Amino acid sequence: MTDILVYVPNSGKHAAEVLTLARSLGDVSAIAFDDAAASLAGEYGAAKVYRVEAPGADDYFVDPKATVLTDLARNANPDFFLLPSTDEGKALAARVAVALDNGLMTDVSGLDADGTASQDAFAGATILKSKSTKGFTLATVKSGSTEPTPAPGSPAVETVNAVVAEADQRVKIAQRVDEPAGDRPALAEARVVVSGGRGVGSAEDFALIERVADALGGAVGASRAATDAGYYPHKFQVGQTGTTVSPQLYLAAGISGAIQHRAGMQTSRVIVAVNKDADAPIFGMADFGVVGDLFQVLPQALEEIEKRK
Amino acid sequence: MNIVVLVKQVPDSGLARQLDAQLRVDRNGANNVMGELDEYAVEAALQLKEAHGGEVTVLTLGPGQATETVRKVLAMGADKAVHVEDDAVGGSDALTTSAILAAALGRLEWDLVIAGAESTDSNMGVMPQLLAARTGAPALTGARKIDTDGSSITVEHQRANGYDVLTATLPAIVSVWDTINTPRYPSLKGIMAAKRKPVETLTLADLGVAAAGPAAASNEVVEAAARPPRSAGQIVTDEGQGGSALAGFLAAEKFI
Repeated sequence: MTDILVYVPNSGKHAAEVLTLARSLGDVSAIAFDDAAASLAGEYGAAKVYRVEAPGADDYFVDPKATVLTDLARNANPDFFLLPSTDEGKALAARVAVALDNGLMTDVSGLDADGTASQDAFAGATILKSKSTKGFTLATVKSGSTEPTPAPGSPAVETVNAVVAEADQRVKIAQRVDEPAGDRPALAEARVVVSGGRGVGSAEDFALIERVADALGGAVGASRAATDAGYYPHKFQVGQTGTTVSPQLYLAAGISGAIQHRAGMQTSRVIVAVNKDADAPIFGMADFGVVGDLFQVLPQALEEIEKRK
Repeated sequence: MNIVVLVKQVPDSGLARQLDAQLRVDRNGANNVMGELDEYAVEAALQLKEAHGGEVTVLTLGPGQATETVRKVLAMGADKAVHVEDDAVGGSDALTTSAILAAALGRLEWDLVIAGAESTDSNMGVMPQLLAARTGAPALTGARKIDTDGSSITVEHQRANGYDVLTATLPAIVSVWDTINTPRYPSLKGIMAAKRKPVETLTLADLGVAAAGPAAASNEVVEAAARPPRSAGQIVTDEGQGGSALAGFLAAEKFI
């Protein structure tokens, strides 16, 4: 039987996706540092949960969890070790790879039972299939790769007591600052993303983008041109240097579709574009496009959406 | 304070990029530029040097043409460069790359290593942590702000919904996002001065690294294919009905 070790950081959608993908490959053993993560693992079909108690681990960045994950992976010697492709997931995977002299793949969008991993290269323009040739298949899995499907069970729970070594106390998390997220879904996980670009023209006019996003229950995104111009906060940037999104619907308004932007959204299922310039590259990838002034098109669309609801 | 800034020459992400016959990033046919996020790392290093003194050394690993990127960093204001250049490097994976860079860092005196949060060709974003594991220095990644008093460092680690304040004692490894600063352009004076700045070229033998390239890689690309083009969509020109047409499409696709 194929053994899959999965790091479950929390009870979010991305973690559920990784568990769902893992379950399709074999028997899943989940690593959870809190009850919410442990219960998600049970809900998504893990056969076993390592419930780690590591008092103080949360006060330090990466190192304490890296040590725990390394020890568990060394002992379990799985066929696969999967983590979500987040900053933390990638950092932990990197540390495990060096510690165990093991291969490492990041941003995997699919996995076969024989270990073949699919990855996007060059902003999604090329699809790679790779195999790990050193140790087990250690991979971080991209958000949106799998539709999360529950399979509730009663996993065997093994409590792992870990002590945070002094060597793992080098980077202290002195403060955690959460900026108000509002009522909109998280950009990276949203089913619908409505993004504005340079064509929006000002910070004030981004309110129109927000209204469309709210009407569709989506998140708001922005192109680099828009964030660089100060129209919208940088953390909402979609693109090569921002967030990569893969929603069911991506609506781009006033965005030309430079490669830098396409890198962050071209695996979206349905792409809709509104732009004044009929030659904008975004129309080349749109399932539906309107050549026109977004300040005419979007308010009319909004009115129609409200009517149809 | 002595700072090493890591830079990587990459194919320009604004143009079409491809793999070569060995299924590696094609660097010969591409327009090669400094990694997009590396410029922010360079600027952060120069600002810290201006505030605290010391030297900025640029470290790169790449073919001969990466000299252009090294010269650009020197023109921006870095003091000297180390360029690891060896025919055996091509096709190395991230783990081997980290072993080579760690060996090069072992020859330098540094309090701080600064890198971009990820390269803009492979976008893995793991190098700072790989180097932390190999050098024993702590990694504080994804910074949108750096403060140091010369003996310890504080960064704001950017997250999707906020940030974490991280602190550590130097020496340390930091990576930065493009939210941290606005990189300077090289001045004419800087470009002239760069020509006289020392660039040390090292080979794998100099660094004592025996295994590199595809043979040492821990994974193998078995197939590469261009993403199938999206089927052509419906494009309408707004003549007063564009918004309704858009809403109609969204309804037909069941988004309303």
